[in-house]
Amino acid sequence: MHLDILVENFKKKDEKAFEALYNMYKDSMLGVIYNIVRDHDIAEEVMQDVFIKAWHKSDTYSNQKGRFFTWILNISRNAAIDKTRSKNFKNSKQNLDSNFFVDILETSENLNDSTDAIGISQYVGKLAKKCIEVIELLYFKGYTQNEASETLDMPIGTIKTRNRNCIKELRNMVLN
Amino acid sequence: MDINAYIESGILELYVAGTLSEKENEEVYALMQKHPEILQEVLDIEAAIVKLTAATSQGSDNAVYQNIKQKLGFDDSDTQVIPINKPKNNWISYSGWAAAFVLGVGLLWLINQNNQLKSSIQTAETQQLLLETQIENSKSNLEEAHTLISVLRDDNIARIPLNGQGNFSNTYAKVYWDKNAKRIFLDAQGLPEPPEGKVYQVWSLKLSPLTPTSLGTIDSFKTDSNKIFEIQNSHESEAFGITLEPAGGSKTPTMEQLYTLGVVNAT
Repeated sequence: MHLDILVENFKKKDEKAFEALYNMYKDSMLGVIYNIVRDHDIAEEVMQDVFIKAWHKSDTYSNQKGRFFTWILNISRNAAIDKTRSKNFKNSKQNLDSNFFVDILETSENLNDSTDAIGISQYVGKLAKKCIEVIELLYFKGYTQNEASETLDMPIGTIKTRNRNCIKELRNMVLN
Repeated sequence: MDINAYIESGILELYVAGTLSEKENEEVYALMQKHPEILQEVLDIEAAIVKLTAATSQGSDNAVYQNIKQKLGFDDSDTQVIPINKPKNNWISYSGWAAAFVLGVGLLWLINQNNQLKSSIQTAETQQLLLETQIENSKSNLEEAHTLISVLRDDNIARIPLNGQGNFSNTYAKVYWDKNAKRIFLDAQGLPEPPEGKVYQVWSLKLSPLTPTSLGTIDSFKTDSNKIFEIQNSHESEAFGITLEPAGGSKTPTMEQLYTLGVVNAT
């Protein structure tokens, strides 16, 4: 598989493979980070550090442990959350917890100016609130099933199936 | 194992989200290798999440990646081949075309200059030829003049004035006879230009009995500027006469057209 070969070469410190992976995931990571830090410049800075970090610890990744996307998603979320906990950041930013990723999609000036993103925002806005909540927590915030279950006050099994249905809906919206 | 039920359980969505345990992750990975449907499902879930998350970013410019490369110490000459060398190539090819154009224009200009110079040289050569001819003419004129002067000064030369005769009494001529060199110089300044189709003919005369001998016609009368003509004369002339004759000359002089006549003084 193309992606597998890229990741293999990336682990061998192949700069071209790294660049290809960067281009595949940079916008996604920037979106996740921005959703947490809510500042474009800071988000870009964190995203940059994420990919630098990924390069340095590329040998710790193994495809048996999970998807490459999941791996770098994890690094991004952790880096973004670390950033919000830093002293400087706390001084400049107020409470961020109440915002969901949908807010970003609804405010057009924050949007990635590709028509793709605009199209997606139209659909995603139609996602049920319960879907938005669960997607926000599991993908954007990196909550575990348990944490999500506690936060949303619903059984773990329900989180799993609801998420399944919500992602199905999302796939219908963005992949077709 | 019921693959469908496994997919529908929602475990693959959690796998992509990264919330499964290490052991569960390895299981999913093993199943993906075995069942293409499961792999495809994971790819679709991942693609949807990538699209959704990317939609919440404003996008980043190229400067971020340049920064990353710099911080990671990537070799520019290798990884920057696409963004950096491409415009460079364009620059080279543009300037190449520009240089070719300039060269072409310059070449045309040089060819033009060359042609102009060639024609200038030709003009100069023609002028030089003309000047050489003039110098040659002047030289021969000068020589003639020298000869004339020497003739005029020479004591051994006889001067015979030829006076106008009959209807032509207002004409005159002079003969300078260099007996040693057997030649005469005829000064025909006092003769009018001969009409079309006629020439002057010079005669050497014996008086008793009167026998004329032709010394030739003066064909270059019109073109000669000083009207002095050198004519060979080996005869024991007693007089000289000039008549107007049809072009080509006559065997005997036409006495009605005798312009001038002069007798050599016996010395």
